[in-house]
Amino acid sequence: MSDIAERVKKIVVEHLGVEAAQVKEDAKFIDDLGADSLDTVELVMAFEEEFGIEIPDDAAEKIQTVGDAIGFIKGNAKS
Amino acid sequence: MKRRVVVTGMGMVTPLGDGVDTNWRRLLAAESGIRAIQAFDTSDLATKIAGEVPVGDREAGHFNADLYMLPKDQRKVDKFILFAMAAAKQAVEDSGWKPQDEEGRNRTGVMIGAGIGGLQTIYETSLVLKERGPRRVSPFFIPSALINLASGQVSIEFGFKGPNHSVVTACATGAHAIGDAARLIEWDDADVMVAGGAEAAICRIGIAGFNACKALSTDFNDTPTMASRPWDKRRDGFVMGEGAGCLILEEYEHAKKRGAKIYAEIIGYGLSGDAYHITAPSEDGDGAQRAMKAALKRAHLNTDQIDYVNAHGTSTMADVIELGAVKRTFGADAYKLSMSSTKSATGHLLGAAGAIEAIYAIKSVIDQVVPPTLNLDEPDEGCDIDLVPKQAKQRQVRYALSNSFGFGGTNACLIVAPV
Repeated sequence: MSDIAERVKKIVVEHLGVEAAQVKEDAKFIDDLGADSLDTVELVMAFEEEFGIEIPDDAAEKIQTVGDAIGFIKGNAKS
Repeated sequence: MKRRVVVTGMGMVTPLGDGVDTNWRRLLAAESGIRAIQAFDTSDLATKIAGEVPVGDREAGHFNADLYMLPKDQRKVDKFILFAMAAAKQAVEDSGWKPQDEEGRNRTGVMIGAGIGGLQTIYETSLVLKERGPRRVSPFFIPSALINLASGQVSIEFGFKGPNHSVVTACATGAHAIGDAARLIEWDDADVMVAGGAEAAICRIGIAGFNACKALSTDFNDTPTMASRPWDKRRDGFVMGEGAGCLILEEYEHAKKRGAKIYAEIIGYGLSGDAYHITAPSEDGDGAQRAMKAALKRAHLNTDQIDYVNAHGTSTMADVIELGAVKRTFGADAYKLSMSSTKSATGHLLGAAGAIEAIYAIKSVIDQVVPPTLNLDEPDEGCDIDLVPKQAKQRQVRYALSNSFGFGGTNACLIVAPV
């Protein structure tokens, strides 16, 4: 399952233009990684795409850190 | 007393390359920026050529987007905004204007327009919506495609909090943006404005759309550099270009006080409408004539004082209508001035055309040289004034006038003067 964490981090690095070292599990997308609200929408779409899942809006709102994303995907991923 | 408006910075990216110096050098050397389209498949399109911005090393005069926007931010904007940002950054840097306080930022505005805006983005997103549904539409789709987001992005980049506005008047956009921004300074709504136009409509839907209007050249697909040939008998439509041009307009005393270099003064601006046809100019050139007369009146100039006209001259049947309007506006003085169409080298940059051509007109009054009209082998009937065929020409240029006309029957004319 660490593969999921690596894939999530890779997406975050690509979309937010941050260094891989900054993308720790407790890093907050908005406060720590410079994302704005539109970036977070796009990130969630990218996670859906990568893992073939649907992240409902109420679940997406709770995904605020890299670890939140990895946790949600581990619990719901098909691939 | 009316506040005077001068130009203290210039930036551009066009099919001739990145930067004002590269553009002017290649233009005077009679080089063409038109080539076979490289960005997409043209096999089923009637037109297979355009003026694409050459991408590559800036040292070679080519466009390197990474110099102007981080790759992660480039994904969030349509190419027309990227071009606008490049031209604006060049112009701001050239001007040396960096407001040091809130008042300075509040008095600096942006007015960059586009004719069409994020056409390729709209096209691509339409396909995503149709094939994959609404949940796959990017949150950046709308802010990427909106025309005024060029002004918005530039204001955010530099912290310019003055008037934030945008023009949409098809192929007259660039000229209207400069003229309207100058008026905001004249009226004391701002001291400095970043003004210009941007366009990036060289995409399959853009070419197909203008082909459907029968507006584009189709006879020169095998000889692209010969395709844009204003006033020539063999002209058969315009050639699409892309890019952006931006000026830093500044109130004269403001510029003097900070010791800025001053390129030129915007002394005349005239506007009119044809009220005639959605894509064709009125056959008697009445709208063009009234725009030029209005600009001359505003500039307090007589017809014998204009030495260079940068024509709209798109390489369509309308070229002779503009020429007729120039003859009626200037009378016998039309035979003393020089008129050329730089679209013969750049193609037609639509919403950016008026902005890049204003820069060329400014360079002509600074350097006392007029750029050529390429491919003018055999002038059409009645084209008997100096149209500067094929070679640049050294001559006195006291004042230069630049014409821009757009679909919908919208006309704008600017007059620039040395300071």
